[in-house]
Amino acid sequence: MSRRSDPPALALLLVLAAAVSPSAGAAAPPYGFGTAATAAQIRAWDIDVRPDGAGLPPGRGTVAEGQQIYDAKCASCHGTFGESTDYMVLAGGAGTLSSDTPVRTTGSKLNYATTLFDYIRRAMPFQAPKSLTDDEVYALTAYVLNLNDILPADAALDRESLPRVRMPNRDGFTTAHGMMRVSGKGDVASVACMKDCAAEIRLSSQIPDYARDSHGNLADQTRPLAAVEGIDTSRPAGVPPSPDAGRKGTAGARPAPGADLAKSLGCTACHGLTSAVVGPAFRDVARKYAGDAAAPARLAAKVRQGGGGVWGAAAMPPQPQVRDADARAVVQWILDGTLQ
Amino acid sequence: MSDSPERAPRVRPAPEAPVSRRVFMRRAAALSGGAAAALAGARGSAAADSGADPADDGVPPHVPPWSRSLGAPILASPYGVPSPFEANVQRRQSPGLTRTPQSSVAFTPLQNLFGIITPSGLHFERHHAGVPTIDPSRHRLMIHGLVREPRVFTLDDITRYPSVSRVHFIECGANTGMEWGNVAVPTVQYTHGMLGCSEWTGVPLATLLDDVGFDRAKARFVLAEGADGASLTRTVPIEMALADALVVYGQNGEMLRPEQGYPLRLLVPGVQGVSSVKWLRRLKVGDAPWNTREESLHYSDLMPGGVSRQYTWIQEAKSVITSPSGGQVLLDRGYHEITGLAWSGRGKVRRVDVSTDGGRNWRTARLQAPVHTKALTRFRIDWQWDGGAALLQSRVTDETGYVQPSLRALRAVRGTRSIYHNNAIQTWRVDPSGEVSNVQTL
Repeated sequence: MSRRSDPPALALLLVLAAAVSPSAGAAAPPYGFGTAATAAQIRAWDIDVRPDGAGLPPGRGTVAEGQQIYDAKCASCHGTFGESTDYMVLAGGAGTLSSDTPVRTTGSKLNYATTLFDYIRRAMPFQAPKSLTDDEVYALTAYVLNLNDILPADAALDRESLPRVRMPNRDGFTTAHGMMRVSGKGDVASVACMKDCAAEIRLSSQIPDYARDSHGNLADQTRPLAAVEGIDTSRPAGVPPSPDAGRKGTAGARPAPGADLAKSLGCTACHGLTSAVVGPAFRDVARKYAGDAAAPARLAAKVRQGGGGVWGAAAMPPQPQVRDADARAVVQWILDGTLQ
Repeated sequence: MSDSPERAPRVRPAPEAPVSRRVFMRRAAALSGGAAAALAGARGSAAADSGADPADDGVPPHVPPWSRSLGAPILASPYGVPSPFEANVQRRQSPGLTRTPQSSVAFTPLQNLFGIITPSGLHFERHHAGVPTIDPSRHRLMIHGLVREPRVFTLDDITRYPSVSRVHFIECGANTGMEWGNVAVPTVQYTHGMLGCSEWTGVPLATLLDDVGFDRAKARFVLAEGADGASLTRTVPIEMALADALVVYGQNGEMLRPEQGYPLRLLVPGVQGVSSVKWLRRLKVGDAPWNTREESLHYSDLMPGGVSRQYTWIQEAKSVITSPSGGQVLLDRGYHEITGLAWSGRGKVRRVDVSTDGGRNWRTARLQAPVHTKALTRFRIDWQWDGGAALLQSRVTDETGYVQPSLRALRAVRGTRSIYHNNAIQTWRVDPSGEVSNVQTL
């Protein structure tokens, strides 16, 4: 049926095509979409800094000022002396990059101090990026360099002096490799041997039996199909599983919905369940407010508005993006659930 | 390598009915309490109502309850979700890898994916300051620097440009980075799961750069910057920006997922994932690289002797067998399909060879067509498992003739401390018990 109607349809298309202006289908760059960026718009967003100092703003900060800001806003994660390995290690590691145990820190690995300024200004503090003034960023940059014995304690930095700081690892980088271009050459040239190849088949590394369940029960981590299923790592190696027994998975270990909520809202970035991280442990919060009938509403408000000084120097930053209902739910979960 | 077939392997037969029952039990247990109860209830009541044999599990000669009842209505889930029986297939994090969930990694379950497309909800996550919730009507992309007309674009503006859709992989430069020195993680999800492949839709970056009149004489590099809290920045060379980089808003037929950069991201095909900056807010054309934190302190490859390679953009050819793979157990001898993924940041996959004896002998696998450039390529090969020990490996050759190296060859040049760009041949050991584990051979 449709086949028989083809010729007239084709003819109609040809007629239509002839009737349309020949220029209508032709794309003609420039398109010119978008709006001209104003100088003020560019100034506000153009925050990158290059190693030659291009992009550095006016302003100035000293090591001493930096220490004040650091102790208040940075030390809770990075450690008093920039030594904490929980997050990026800021200080130490000098001279270790060529060793078997390289310690990569801002002091030992970074090549240009301008990059430190650029990063602090755009991304720190972790919970409140872009909240520092340019003077504060200069001061913090100076202090972190001082922690690494790169600047003396009486030093100050500004847009003139910062690019002149010489980092210990300034010459520790190379672009002499084949991975900058699609046409570059790989640094290992292998041959695709097919038969009786000189392969070494000595096992040099495998996961020890005691670490068999380091990533949870693998039986729950693969789809059982095609006569393949996940290894039940809840039982020791070499013990054959029986068809049904012991195959209930790890359903019991699933976190409560409150834990999922706390995770999704970002609470767990600073609070542990049973141990203090930046902020207090949820369990300690529950203990402190046990029996306080007004606590749920008060704490839910505090989640959204922020607070400080109750548990130590680190302030709880405001979380206005958290919905009120979620704040109440997560607070209720903290107060109810984590004591058990 | 193979033991004699006479030596009885501890392999459990996998006849159809017992497997279904076992699988049902475990999956039901793995579901959240309510759903599991509902499933168990439905199953029990159907059997009770019909007065059927309590052993009725719905397989022939029995008729299953879903054949004797009404199913869920349309729109039970307006945006569909996988079957509750697929709960094992999800992104996971590797314990202890990072200190905070806002700056961490969740790995793609490669062991259970078919074909070459990664479902958007399973595409690996890597964020540096969490996943922002961006209102697309308030999102802006600024293009400035060495351009004639610096401009600010809305999503309406970007989506008005002529669009293209292309299939490309994204692999984190640190994928397999935990395995440089020794075996560290058990399954392909953790060894190779910072990898995904999607059909991306967007505007060629060249179109946008042309439209703002970039300075062809002076432009050497483009800085890409994200709109998240980290405002992550990366330097992209102008050749790549003009060749095949895309400003992307679509992924697998819908808008980008928030975890993948909603509403706008950069895609630099074949280049380590961090360059495909998510939540893209700014592109600046310049004449020198920026040496940003994520291309100096991190994402630079520490070599023996202490010097770091910088701007190691290209992801070299790599492959891995995804099934059978570490953490799985083979339930039966006889026929198994060995299947996996191969890819190259320099172009198309030309060939994949597979060895079952630790690299002594190799056979060439079938490649799924069409083979896209800088995209995951699915390979498959037949295997008769005789019940003996085996060492499974795959080895890709890309269209430039580059052959995926052995771990030993790669370590001889790069040492074991570089974290990034480990594209060595992966070995899975099959034990006579059927258990498959992650091993390294030297």
